[in-house]
Amino acid sequence: MDLPIYLDNNATTPMDPRVLEAMLPYFVQKFGNSASRNHAFGWVAEEAVDYAREQVAQLIGANEKEIIFTSGATESDNLALKGVFEMYKEKGNHIITMVTEHKAVLDACKHLEKLGARVTYLTPKPDGLINLEELVAAMSQETILVSIMYGNNEIGVIQPVKEIAKIAHSFGALFMTDATQAVGKIPVNVIEDGIDLLALSAHKMYGPKGVGALYVRRKNPRVKVTAQMDGGGHERGMRSGTLNVPGIVGLGKACELGRLEMQQDAIRLSALRDKLENALSQLEESYVNGNIEHRLPHTANISFKYVEGEGLMMAMKDLAVSSGSACTSASLEPSYVLKSLGLSDDLAHSSIRFGLGRFTTEEEVDRAIEVTRNAVTHLRELSPLWEMFKEGIDLDSIEWAEH
Amino acid sequence: MAYSDKVIDHYSNPRNVGTLDKSSNKVGTGLVGAPECGDVMRLQIEVDEFNVIKDAKFKTFGCGSAIASSSLATEWLKGKSIDDAMKIDNMDIVEELALPPVKIHCSVLAEDAIKAAINDFRVKNGLAPIESEKVHH
Repeated sequence: MDLPIYLDNNATTPMDPRVLEAMLPYFVQKFGNSASRNHAFGWVAEEAVDYAREQVAQLIGANEKEIIFTSGATESDNLALKGVFEMYKEKGNHIITMVTEHKAVLDACKHLEKLGARVTYLTPKPDGLINLEELVAAMSQETILVSIMYGNNEIGVIQPVKEIAKIAHSFGALFMTDATQAVGKIPVNVIEDGIDLLALSAHKMYGPKGVGALYVRRKNPRVKVTAQMDGGGHERGMRSGTLNVPGIVGLGKACELGRLEMQQDAIRLSALRDKLENALSQLEESYVNGNIEHRLPHTANISFKYVEGEGLMMAMKDLAVSSGSACTSASLEPSYVLKSLGLSDDLAHSSIRFGLGRFTTEEEVDRAIEVTRNAVTHLRELSPLWEMFKEGIDLDSIEWAEH
Repeated sequence: MAYSDKVIDHYSNPRNVGTLDKSSNKVGTGLVGAPECGDVMRLQIEVDEFNVIKDAKFKTFGCGSAIASSSLATEWLKGKSIDDAMKIDNMDIVEELALPPVKIHCSVLAEDAIKAAINDFRVKNGLAPIESEKVHH
């Protein structure tokens, strides 16, 4: 077994070798610019891009003309939010999203607020799911867009997108979803789900970094976004810039593999995830974060009370995982997603996210269980809070000096 | 962020982990930090009749740098007089462990824990606590 074991697949995934193989010819031999209409080099590149567009479209039940290639999900989120606001601001200036969204959505919304948008940030229920009644209450005739992510990157909960889309549409608003963590992992269908705009990224589904796509609905209704980058008018005028042909070929292949292997991957990974979670839940004072029914098959987020996440990760050096602890970010603030669930700061500080992937083996999961168990036990021996808990001291009764 | 070898050494082999009898008059206990902030240090000293620290123990809830800072502090405290212990500066810890700027607060916490332990010992023995006038770096 190679160490450390990679269990951070929500951050990025290794490329599938089959994806790399598909990409390789497009660096040296087939290097053409897909916008070169007058020679064979361009035609070969264009053909490859068209094929990839079909592969992407097929995975999400879209038409290939509805796929706009971008540099990744962050750009797709920005293009969707800013592009829709610019295009539809005469109609209304209200956008609804959630506090648990990715920063690409939240910060784009913050930007739009400066330009006159009114943004409602809904707080999730304690299990991470949207409160649909609150969504309905927030909707108004001014609402032009509802942007709610499909599956959450930190806790893995899957939002009821169909219901959200219905509510948005009943008020004449568009529905956008950041589906970066969901596409290729669980079935996503833009028609059945009622999605008008969808952001996805290649590197979260075993494709290369630096490439993604935005789905923009073409009929019922025809959605338009104002380009955020000016130039040669590529991608039906919505996203200028010479296409990243090898990257796009890789994204296409990753989508095709996702479509063909999603089901078997999901069955295998959810079984491994459950094994991991059940074993670690045996540890005293450990808590699984987020709804455990509606969630991605490969994500587990667990808080181990009385140990701190970064210290814990250091003790688990054979594992590559993530923590909601403040210490892993420059901000010294614990995860805003976990805090929005109503988790106390100390539980947010004590969380570990395990992100399994296509290449995770059972042997690795077994090892991860053992390493985590030992690390938690070891750090609790070092923890004054654990000692106090064991002595029956109520930690809330102590006046802590916040620093 | 990569950790320095010294942080890793103290983290992997923490010195002086444990608990002293906090009801004893010879023992001073400092409990600083807050669970909400992600670090809590408890540092204890046992002082002999010559005002020399003959034992020191710690337990810390926190990141690797916080654990290493308190482990190092206990190592430094043993054998020092109370007066010398008061002089331990957080920047000495930063230097010794090569802590990056984002981790300086861990060293501050360790210094606070030392002072809190000493003051607890002083108060228990009828002495006034020493007010720290130092402005942290």
